[in-house]
Amino acid sequence: MSNGSKATRESFGEALQKVGAEVPNIVVLDADLSVSTKSVLFAKSFPERFFQMGIAESNMIGTAAGLALSGFIPFVCSFGCFVTGRYETIRVSIGYNRTNVKIVGTHAGLGIGEDGYTQMGLEDINTMRAVPGMTILQPADDLTTHAAVRFAAAHVGPVYLRLTRQKVPTLYRSEQVFQSGRAILLKEGDDLALIGTGATVYEALKASEDLSEYNPWVIDIHTIKPIDRALIRTLGDKCRTLVTVEDHNVIGGLGTAVAEVLSDGHSRARLVRLGVQDNFGESGKAEELYDKYGISAKKIVEQVRKILK
Amino acid sequence: MPETKLIEKLQRLATECRLDIIEMISKAGSGHPGSSLSAIDILVALYFHEMHFDPKNPYWEDRDRFILSKGHAVPALYSVLVRSGCIGQEELGTLRQINSRLQGHPDRIALPFIEASTGSLGQGLSIAQGMALGLKLQKKEQKVFCLIGDGECQEGQIWETAMSAPKYGLNNLIVFLDNNNGQIDGTVKEIMDISPIDEKWRAFRWATTSIDGHNFSEILAALEQARKEEDRPTIIIARTIKGKGVSFMENQIKWHGTAPNEEETKKALSELRARL
Ligand SMILES: Cc1ncc(C[n+]2csc(CCOP(=O)(O)OP(=O)(O)O)c2C)c(N)n1
Repeated sequence: MSNGSKATRESFGEALQKVGAEVPNIVVLDADLSVSTKSVLFAKSFPERFFQMGIAESNMIGTAAGLALSGFIPFVCSFGCFVTGRYETIRVSIGYNRTNVKIVGTHAGLGIGEDGYTQMGLEDINTMRAVPGMTILQPADDLTTHAAVRFAAAHVGPVYLRLTRQKVPTLYRSEQVFQSGRAILLKEGDDLALIGTGATVYEALKASEDLSEYNPWVIDIHTIKPIDRALIRTLGDKCRTLVTVEDHNVIGGLGTAVAEVLSDGHSRARLVRLGVQDNFGESGKAEELYDKYGISAKKIVEQVRKILK
Repeated sequence: MPETKLIEKLQRLATECRLDIIEMISKAGSGHPGSSLSAIDILVALYFHEMHFDPKNPYWEDRDRFILSKGHAVPALYSVLVRSGCIGQEELGTLRQINSRLQGHPDRIALPFIEASTGSLGQGLSIAQGMALGLKLQKKEQKVFCLIGDGECQEGQIWETAMSAPKYGLNNLIVFLDNNNGQIDGTVKEIMDISPIDEKWRAFRWATTSIDGHNFSEILAALEQARKEEDRPTIIIARTIKGKGVSFMENQIKWHGTAPNEEETKKALSELRARL
């Protein structure tokens, strides 16, 4: 792991600018948050392919669906909560219409910090998972974000890309580690697996150092849907305890997706789902909130120790 | 109170609230000064002249209600709640901190004097309409006041309420439009022009007036007029200046959602104090 750190929304902005230069039918729409989502970089390079839709997310989503139906590849950008908050529009205009729209939700989770609950995407994975055909990506660092954007542009079908406001450390040296639908195995271990997605991958990795007596597996699930069933089955066979860690409500997120895979098979592993426990977020510093809601490295260690005692 | 005395009192309070806004956002290290400063005169007129409420009892049944639909301007609301004795001055220092009642956007569960939790633009006005409808059904006299942004008018939901409130004859719903022509990515005019905004509301059959949103006699006169409406809701379109009262923040989009640093805070506070 190198020391650099960058918010995945920034990596996204740079990646979109790059991919936008290569793929001429990419168009980008934003709802008065281009400075925050970083779609502003694309807007500056390709003003004729950027559409400022104002604070009107439903209309932005519907317009994107129409652009997709006329052959473009639209990326619609806003905070995760606001864009996925227009669920029924996504469900019909994007989902049911099978439109090739890429939904980008930044400022995901508690990690947004001081702005508080109304600005936090905390149920967005849940709702997007429920849309048939939706691919859900949540990269954990800079290069995998670049890879995810490249994949989203090439993939035919709707994608939800979930990104952080806060900086996250660089975990990987090459874009190649990202293969859609395949989780990244950061550490092979024994009887315990720590499974993260997005910003919590680093927390899980850091926790694994303190938990070295258990020699835990550490997994990065950047593709939440379709999820890497094979790897989760393997972990379910080899480990007695799986721990998912997510900056999202535990209802309908990563933990639920892993539970679904396990319950389809014969695993007898115990699954512990760390994350926001059927609750709302609140204002505070991102690190304080990660502690309070039990998803910081320190709190992962404490909770795992308690469970395994 | 003779009009001039009253207006002097409100002006002084507004300056004090502006000081609170700068101090609280500066201490928190984040927040929306431009948006709060543009709305504060309207809130001062409401909380120190127009509205009936009991600072000791947030649940008093006969109170008027206020909903801040553009929830990001909540520092303005916290400052009038402090100055009117609803919450203690010392609490302002906790804005946006973990476990604070003063959340980054209004939270009615955390803080009782907040009538509705807002922060996702477009929703507060519908909630205000529902409250006004509820009061009417109960044959109550209380009013519901609501403040929306001009950028917020780009949300479709605003126009759904625009359409429905006149149908129910909600003369007890009085809305201020904080028409400061700023949003995040630029001016409202360049992002998604909403003009002619007064004609749009009028076409939806609202009583519509346009005023200077920093001029207390105009604000009070518009409110008085609104009280006389018999069967329609009122929208008061208030021309405002984003960042009003702090020279370097005025009309600068940058100050939409950026906290001042130490030096900027000092400069802003001394400018405001000179006016007291
Ligand atoms: C549904 C929704 N989309 C986006 C945002 C992000 N946002 C916060 S403030 C703002 C601009 C608001 O402009 P305006 O309504 O004119 O208020 P002002 O601050 O200028 O008074 C935006 C887009 C939000 N809070 N809610």
